[in-house]
Amino acid sequence: MHELSVTCSIVDLALETARGRKVHRVTVEIGQLAGVMADSIALWFPEVARGTPIETASLDIREVAAFARCDDCGAEFATPTMVTPCPCGSFRFARLRGEELNIKSIELEEVH
Amino acid sequence: MCANCGCQGDKATMLDLQTDETTTIDAAHFPQNAGHPHAYGHGHVHHAAHDHSDDHHRPGPHRHSADDHFHTHVNVVEVETRILARNDAMAEKNRAWFAGREILALNLVSSPGAGKTTLLEQTIRDLAGKPPLHVIEGDQATANDGERIQKAGASVVQVNTGTGCHLDAEMVGRALSALKPAPGAVVLIENVGNLVCPALFDLGERAKVVIFSVTDGEDKPLKYPHMFRAASLVILNKIDLLPHLDFSLEEAIENVRKVNPEATILQISARTGERTGDWYDWLRHQLTAARQSAFA
Repeated sequence: MHELSVTCSIVDLALETARGRKVHRVTVEIGQLAGVMADSIALWFPEVARGTPIETASLDIREVAAFARCDDCGAEFATPTMVTPCPCGSFRFARLRGEELNIKSIELEEVH
Repeated sequence: MCANCGCQGDKATMLDLQTDETTTIDAAHFPQNAGHPHAYGHGHVHHAAHDHSDDHHRPGPHRHSADDHFHTHVNVVEVETRILARNDAMAEKNRAWFAGREILALNLVSSPGAGKTTLLEQTIRDLAGKPPLHVIEGDQATANDGERIQKAGASVVQVNTGTGCHLDAEMVGRALSALKPAPGAVVLIENVGNLVCPALFDLGERAKVVIFSVTDGEDKPLKYPHMFRAASLVILNKIDLLPHLDFSLEEAIENVRKVNPEATILQISARTGERTGDWYDWLRHQLTAARQSAFA
């Protein structure tokens, strides 16, 4: 359910950046372990954006694969789930990527 | 959902049980538009496995209009901002507000019915104002829990999130301005009963506390790993019921450790008071740490 809140925040930030200019594309990155369903954001976006200056914009969602570095053996490994251990068996590790929840860029139409 | 945008329809409200005053939490925002049948924009997802070397992103296309002296072009603005930046900023404001008053703030989360409110009632009665406790109660609807807390003897503001599934930092900030907790006090924020959404929203608390009922099933930490990972303390509650259940404490603790090796784990019964002293010790230790870090 919180995907609606997250979508509201995306639209909000895009509107603040656009300040009335036409927006072509909003690019966001969502980590595999960010706790947010990308497909759900994609569904909400047109509904939340409707009636605002960004209603014709497309939303580009880049999913970021999750990786961690093991505290015990030092290996870097993929962590497709929150409970994926290191191949050495350790559950002690630092997450390197995969928790992103960011707006990357906004494509605006400038009139000169 | 968002107090910011109210795009879910129902607005969040808060009730100050000391004054009986109800206020709508309605932050300034863009016009709300959800619920219309037709959509113009669209979204699509690039899955993590895909290669994005063919990005058609920047620099943007340069388009000339019919009038050569007046043309438009697409400009890519690199934003690089956390999507929840506004909530994060508000949470930092709350955190500074707490620090300036040497207040310990805790965010209590669990699935519905795990015993958060019972734990608060017992805590309020047992600690009897030493230290002073204040409560922000989050529920989708009703002031039932707020009334229970008031009866137990603490000042309380009830936030009703409407259809919203979590408290956010704005709601907590608004509740604090009504609650006016004393310097050196403890503010216990009882989030909406939900192990999913509240994990994502920083409220400005010092720590998240998950209440994990032994009636829930040992695999709760694996099913809701985000919440258990975000917690500093996991309280296994209702241990008085263990003789009647097929619940393996060992397995439950092992599952918490898989998701969060660092978390402190306590086993208590809020109803009978069994081992609640461990929780009060932890609370006092955190309060001391909060006071010390206020000047760090």
